[in-house]
Amino acid sequence: METLYPALTVITPLIFAFVVGIVSWINKKICFWLALLSLIVAFISSLKILFYITTTSSIVQYKLGGWPPPIGIEYRIDWLNGLILPIISFVALLNLIASKRFMEKEFKEKESFFYILYLLFTTGLLGVVITGDLFNLYVLLEITSLTAYSMIAMGGTGRSYLASLNYLFLGVIGASFYLLGVGYVYIKTGSLNMVDVFRILPHIYNSETVLVGFIFCMVGVWIKMGLFPLHTWLPNAYTFSPISVSRIIAPLMTKVMIYVMIRVMFSVFGRWYVLGRLYGVNEFVVLLASCAIIVGGILALSQRDIRKVLCYIIVSEIGYMVGGAWLGNPNGLIGAILHILNDMLMTFCLFLAFGNVFYTRKKTKIEDLKGLFGEMPYTSAGLVLVGLSIIGIPPTCGFFSKWYLILGALQAKDHFFAVSLILSSLINVILFFRFFEVGLFSKASYKKEAPVSMIVPLFIVSLMLIVVGICSGSIVNKIINEFVLVALG
Amino acid sequence: MIESYKPIFVLLTSFLAPLFIIFSSNRPNLRESFSILASVLKFLLVLNISFYVFKGHIVYLKLVEIFPNVALEFKIDEIGIIFALVSSFLWIFTTLYSIGYMRGLKEEHQTRYFCFFALAMFSTLGVAFAGNLLTLYMFYELLSLSTYPLVVHHQDEKARISGRKYLIYILGTSIGLVLPAMIICYNLTGTLSFEPSGILNNKVSLFMANVLLLMFVFGFAKSAIMPLHAWLPAAMVAPTPVSALLHAVAVVKVGVFSIIRIFTGIFGIKLLAQLNSTHIITFFAAFTIITASLIAMSQDELKRRLAFSTISQLSYIILGISMLSPKAIAGGILHIIMHAFGKITLFFCAGSIMVGAGKKYISEMDGLGRYMPYTMGLFFLGSLSIIGLPPMGGFISKWYLLLGAVKIKSLVLMAVILLSSFLNCVYFLPIAYNAFFKAPKEDFSYVKENYLCVIPALIAVIGSLVLFFYPDPFLNLIFEFLSKIKG
Repeated sequence: METLYPALTVITPLIFAFVVGIVSWINKKICFWLALLSLIVAFISSLKILFYITTTSSIVQYKLGGWPPPIGIEYRIDWLNGLILPIISFVALLNLIASKRFMEKEFKEKESFFYILYLLFTTGLLGVVITGDLFNLYVLLEITSLTAYSMIAMGGTGRSYLASLNYLFLGVIGASFYLLGVGYVYIKTGSLNMVDVFRILPHIYNSETVLVGFIFCMVGVWIKMGLFPLHTWLPNAYTFSPISVSRIIAPLMTKVMIYVMIRVMFSVFGRWYVLGRLYGVNEFVVLLASCAIIVGGILALSQRDIRKVLCYIIVSEIGYMVGGAWLGNPNGLIGAILHILNDMLMTFCLFLAFGNVFYTRKKTKIEDLKGLFGEMPYTSAGLVLVGLSIIGIPPTCGFFSKWYLILGALQAKDHFFAVSLILSSLINVILFFRFFEVGLFSKASYKKEAPVSMIVPLFIVSLMLIVVGICSGSIVNKIINEFVLVALG
Repeated sequence: MIESYKPIFVLLTSFLAPLFIIFSSNRPNLRESFSILASVLKFLLVLNISFYVFKGHIVYLKLVEIFPNVALEFKIDEIGIIFALVSSFLWIFTTLYSIGYMRGLKEEHQTRYFCFFALAMFSTLGVAFAGNLLTLYMFYELLSLSTYPLVVHHQDEKARISGRKYLIYILGTSIGLVLPAMIICYNLTGTLSFEPSGILNNKVSLFMANVLLLMFVFGFAKSAIMPLHAWLPAAMVAPTPVSALLHAVAVVKVGVFSIIRIFTGIFGIKLLAQLNSTHIITFFAAFTIITASLIAMSQDELKRRLAFSTISQLSYIILGISMLSPKAIAGGILHIIMHAFGKITLFFCAGSIMVGAGKKYISEMDGLGRYMPYTMGLFFLGSLSIIGLPPMGGFISKWYLLLGAVKIKSLVLMAVILLSSFLNCVYFLPIAYNAFFKAPKEDFSYVKENYLCVIPALIAVIGSLVLFFYPDPFLNLIFEFLSKIKG
């Protein structure tokens, strides 16, 4: 497709990040609107790409700077990243709107810095997803991570500096692993373009170098996404950062890393390598994922701080997607990809709802939810919906991806994974009804709802949970299945 | 098969009602008229659909495909319409009764109460109309969630504990047992729709089928089969109209209705006849019938006694279908209707006593009959129906159950049914007797009957009477349904 949309999606937030920086010297008021504009452009162009892919059922390729691949960098959008791009820009857009009031209040002087970092972070994420080049992916990943470290440090307390530093150390290690892996692959294949590598690798499947490269790539990605037991940086990083920051990092960062994992597994190394050459490894990874699900759930149960509970829910959800991808059958992969989409929305909705609570109450313990349902009815409604979705009650979207995952687990005869998914649902019932109980069983003392600019995004996202759930049949049929057919044959 | 959008309208009436109820929350009279309007409209729409079904058609609607071969779809057949008719008919009178009860006791949060009541009815009808297991499961879960706020309505410590129990039993079993069983089913057969001859036949090993059947039966814990019954007495902390409609008609019947669907639509009679686990279920049901009756005798709180009686009566239905003979299945399905009318009468009366005299315990009700003659009289008639004595509807369903037990030549089951009827007499009749013939222990001169509470009970009793003399339309529907599943 000869259009500029792929470029627009990534370049607009990048350029506007600098524009915001310059404009902030002149007029601080308009920074927000500039950032908003750039994200709207990114959102619309990513939607256009998705629309193009589904209507013509062909892949979109864009040669950056006109250089032909494999020499130049290629943006390559198929059904997988075509689906994820609009959601990333959508979440970033809504979170920006929801953050406006908070930023004005908490970061009077630094507001424009936040917008710059925020746009760069979004650029990085969109770039990681859109690119078809292994090294370019690393570069954009580092843009994302570096901005994430600094945004987390904006929390301003000693603990947020420490959490940021901790994240920095582990993040750098993870990224280095990935880079090393890419280096090994480059040594053997002489190419960095994913399609090119995919074409060359089958001839050298037995090479030890390629094996080491693959393992390095995977370990790097696992550290970055926080797969148990490599998750230790995650809870603190998300807990001690400002609400507006954790609200975008938590839903997007880990899920984008899962995208990278699936991409590297199936579009770079290919199913023959991952499921054939490395036969048996996948069972081990699924076991790891099952442990992540169960341990995440148990740790979530033991927390008193709501933010920590949410973080461990994320740890558990990561297990869902990693396990699904490594099951090695179509249903598992469909479940994993559908869950990337669902979990982005669910986690975002969850952080939005609790963001509203933290914003109005300034407290984050579970017992501080007292009287929530009477006091903040709209926020509570959103909270209930997202709770049901994470538990997996139809027709909210969480149910449908869980269905595919369990089905995939049964077909792979991986009963432990299936059981841990069911168990996780039950744990989530306890987790969320504990919130609901505290919120319901005490009288409201005064009525104070969050500002409208925070309610509206929550309302939109919680509605999306149901819409995406009901439409999941066609999403799977029209989009995800196409990718799975290519990936798993 | 007739494709029609009418099921959607039926569901929308009670799905949209909360909007209007919230909108008019500051004007109670307007708010309640919306509730009444929604319930009447809903019943009329169900009645309209029932004409097609009485003519021998099946009303069908497919909304969206969710998984390959599994859509969100409605298929209204004979037993679906029976359940829908009964619950939507009784909703009208429960609404009237709710108004009398909630205002009589000056309960708080009435807007929330009416909202979730409407949502609960939405889910109940969804279960009745569901055309496949996934749709049924969806509405089953929605029903669990929409009744939770009703159970914990009083928001005190007791409500909190009961609410927890309710969730753990109901959600725990449906997620822990039904969901995996459903996915296994789908994995084996590639479909989840209800077929007259079942979908599992020849597609599953007998061992797996046995396991699946047990998972389903115990997974639908709303049927309150022992040992998964403890949530029902706990849920009696809810306001009485909730206990009346939801915990005697809608919620618990959704449980047994789901089990009937599993037996007839998923497994099919032919496969069930080869399974040993049906005997296990028969045993559990028989055990529940007797044990729950025995426990009921020791309960002094009227609503708890009624709850244990419900547990016992629900297992009649499970017993009926697990006997697998047509007469017994017919009796089981018929018992859904008969027990609904009988038990709702009793709950209406219990609530009426609470509003009029403020009494919850049976031992305090001696001599109350002179002050609340209508309430206690109706209570007596309602208990006749539950015991299964003519001229009340309860007789007919028990008759068919007995015939079914005779047919399979099971002396034990006949004995169970008769013994339980005897136990019912023992724990129900003294209540009315003591109320009328014993001297009051205290001064009841302040007692006043609330007519909004008595009239719905009267209508339910009339319903029971009518069903005794004229059960044919329902019987015909049931036998029509049975002739299909026999193939």
